[in-house]
Amino acid sequence: MAYLTLSNVSKQFGDTYAVQDFNLDIEKGEFVSFLGPSGCGKTTTLRMVAGFETPTDGTITLDGADITDKAPNQRNMGMIFQSYALFPNMTVAQNIGFGLQVRKATKAEIQDRVREMVSLVNLEKHVDKYPFQLSGGQQQRVSLARALAISPHVLLLDEPLSALDAKIRVSLRAQIREIQKRLGITAIFVTHDQEEALSISDRIVVMYDGNVEQVGTPFDIYNFPRTPFVANFVGSLNTATADVTDPEKGTLSMDSVQLVSAAKMDGLKKGDKVRIAIRPERFSFASEGKKANVLDCQIENITFLGSVVRVHILIGKTKFTMDTFNYPSLALPQIGDMNQVTCSKEAVLVLNEEKPNGQ
Amino acid sequence: MTTSTAPSSLAVKTTTAKAPASKNRFWSGLIFLVAALYFLIPLAATFYWSLRAQKGVLGFEAYRKLFADTNFLPAFSQSIVNAIAAILISLLLIVPTAYWVTLRLPKLRSVIEFITLLPFVIPAVVLVFGLIRLYSRPPLLWTATYSSSRVLLVCVYAAISFPYVFRAVDNGLRAMDVRGLTEAAQSLGAGWGTILFKVIFPNLRTALLSGALLTFAIVIGELTIALYMAQHTLGPYMADLTRSKVYEPSAMAIVAFAITWAALGIIQLVGRGQQAQIAGGH
Repeated sequence: MAYLTLSNVSKQFGDTYAVQDFNLDIEKGEFVSFLGPSGCGKTTTLRMVAGFETPTDGTITLDGADITDKAPNQRNMGMIFQSYALFPNMTVAQNIGFGLQVRKATKAEIQDRVREMVSLVNLEKHVDKYPFQLSGGQQQRVSLARALAISPHVLLLDEPLSALDAKIRVSLRAQIREIQKRLGITAIFVTHDQEEALSISDRIVVMYDGNVEQVGTPFDIYNFPRTPFVANFVGSLNTATADVTDPEKGTLSMDSVQLVSAAKMDGLKKGDKVRIAIRPERFSFASEGKKANVLDCQIENITFLGSVVRVHILIGKTKFTMDTFNYPSLALPQIGDMNQVTCSKEAVLVLNEEKPNGQ
Repeated sequence: MTTSTAPSSLAVKTTTAKAPASKNRFWSGLIFLVAALYFLIPLAATFYWSLRAQKGVLGFEAYRKLFADTNFLPAFSQSIVNAIAAILISLLLIVPTAYWVTLRLPKLRSVIEFITLLPFVIPAVVLVFGLIRLYSRPPLLWTATYSSSRVLLVCVYAAISFPYVFRAVDNGLRAMDVRGLTEAAQSLGAGWGTILFKVIFPNLRTALLSGALLTFAIVIGELTIALYMAQHTLGPYMADLTRSKVYEPSAMAIVAFAITWAALGIIQLVGRGQQAQIAGGH
């Protein structure tokens, strides 16, 4: 049985459904991310788990016990907020010890736990400082230590890295993941940043407009998106319309350009129009190796993005982008040149809105 | 060519930017000076007058007589007790209300704001006559005895402090992440009492203090309501003093002024540390 289960959970505000029929099983020790754009219902779902919102329908169970109507202060969930929400009138040590103080732990117990937590988040030198004396990253580490100090059943992280600058965000997310693994704690992480979700999670729940679009490992979500939304939201994507020419062989025609896809085309027949999707990094110049699809193209533009070079190409009448690693000996064509690019048939995804079948 | 024009254009910009700045400084300095004189001259004159109780000598005779007057200390202490009681009632009513409005009913803020502003709109004379009419007949016969009238007076003082206390508390609440702090405390297991007394109140220290001290400053010398309710507080005492004495009223005014300024000084002192905490916390 799953550790945390959300069954048919919905939340309605007035006439609007913020979350609709949400189902999810989370195992103990698992790190699950809710990923989606603003207003998709990810934070509302997290807040229902925390107890700050009551579901309009459905149940939430924790370790077999129904907690749907339990008050937030009875749930033992550690919550980390985007705004840190540290108590400004308390020092780092007092903030971390607050939950234990509420639980009427002895002074010695609180001191021991605070010491353990500050060492976990490497803030030993800052225990007597007030939140305003700390940087954003340090404040969020205090917030993490405070949430972990109470040994919560589930650690809930509501966009905890959004207010931090890029470098600190990357190092702190690695630290959060490392601590979560070390303590074996169950965690739910809300984010709109796909890179964050892909890098930190055991599983990702992609949400859109109050609904779950796809649940899967970062690898599955990225490589085998089941809906056009997931395909577009996670990573960069080239999309185009194509006609099915032979559903059994997986052949397609796009502006008279022939393509082969490994995607299942159950229910599709010759002449059906489908949306196809190809990740920019799945293209390579034809000389780099023979693949199923060798396509004539014109080089429209070249953009340097640091470690990656983005090449804008025109295949038939459709514009695509191709990403290739940047290395000193990279021989790039000239803008306006005619060239050939290739991609494997597995790289050509077929997105069907009614019947998702990424592959 | 280009190199020579660039610095000169820069120099022109700097000069033109400097000119309005110094002009602004002059005018703001002048306005400050006029305002300071407008405020300080009457104060200095009052103080000077209060020192002239003894013929030909400047001294504190008026102050000595004031503190020696047997009616002064009872009136003064009664006003202090009334003010403290009014502050407590006001804070106990306003803080949970403002907190709850901020947290759960933000749409009601304008309604609450309007209600708390009513004491500003209703003149004290109208207020006191309304109160006397309402509370001088059964079942609400509160004006029958001196002590029950005093309780009523304290409640009225609490009501007239609402505009100041609500505004101060509301500003304090807006300056902090009320929802985040409340939810953080809740997730750590805290109940409403712990949240209010360990998280919200300590972070509202400056706001509570400024609301309380403003109330104190208003209540301590309040005349109209106390007079019509036949209360022997500092306001009516000062009015009596003005009618019968020459120098003591000025001494009294200076004492009242010193108390008010001390109160404001305390707000500044206590607020300094907390402002840094809140500013840094966001």
